[in-house]
Amino acid sequence: MTAKSSLLAAAAAFAIATVAAPVLADSGPTDAQIAHIAYTAGALDVAAAKQALAKSHNKEVREFASTMLRDHEAVNGQALALVKKLGVTPEDNATSQALARQAAETHDRLAKLSGAAFDEAYAKNEAAYHQAVNSALKGTLIPSADNGELKSLLETGLTLFSEHQHHAEHLAAKL
Amino acid sequence: MKAPNSIIALAVLLMPMPPALAAPRTHTVVIDKMKFGAVPANLRAGDRILWVNKDMFRHTATAKDRSFDVDLQPGARAVSVVRKAGAISVVCRYHPGMRAMLKVTA
Repeated sequence: MTAKSSLLAAAAAFAIATVAAPVLADSGPTDAQIAHIAYTAGALDVAAAKQALAKSHNKEVREFASTMLRDHEAVNGQALALVKKLGVTPEDNATSQALARQAAETHDRLAKLSGAAFDEAYAKNEAAYHQAVNSALKGTLIPSADNGELKSLLETGLTLFSEHQHHAEHLAAKL
Repeated sequence: MKAPNSIIALAVLLMPMPPALAAPRTHTVVIDKMKFGAVPANLRAGDRILWVNKDMFRHTATAKDRSFDVDLQPGARAVSVVRKAGAISVVCRYHPGMRAMLKVTA
């Protein structure tokens, strides 16, 4: 991983950690907040994949983006079904908002790029983004989840996102 | 002419039988939680593998030697055949971290 993408990952992890701090002050985020954060993280990556599919002409980048779109929509579909079953209403919170703000900045930065420059920036950001989300899942979201089914879905998410992270790192290294 | 016929019939019956061809068998490999499950240890050329995708994600079971490539929607199952002896490296095209190794004997 390059210094730039490490920096991105660190910045994203910092955003999650620092913004989550007020939420965590008592006893960690509630299940309603965790569900919102996890769903938001997935939805933001779906949006990033759509941007890549609209802009990239690179076969491998497009295949990667298609996988991101499909996998994250699958997890989020399960997440929606689960919160409905549990009668939980996902609750917006500072962490979700920080993720969305940062994704909007990334979207605008990538929108100005094209061709190989876009492909490289997208792949690097995907590696950094998944790394940051995985750190949050491992360090905060999974340990804080009270409901067993939510915890289990988050663990499946971590397995999936870890594979995505390695896939993105491998892709970024090739571009 | 009866005697020679009987002798021929007897001779045919006594001829050593060719070894019975082993009937191809079907082995199941389950894909779940972003992993290929245990692969059969006793695969023989001609055997079939039933790939069962129990995961919530779409996967493939793709032989690196291109001898088979099955695409599995969540909950789907599909059969491939291992045609010759040797080691076959299998990967999911969508998730390159997912791998399995098949060892096929003749």
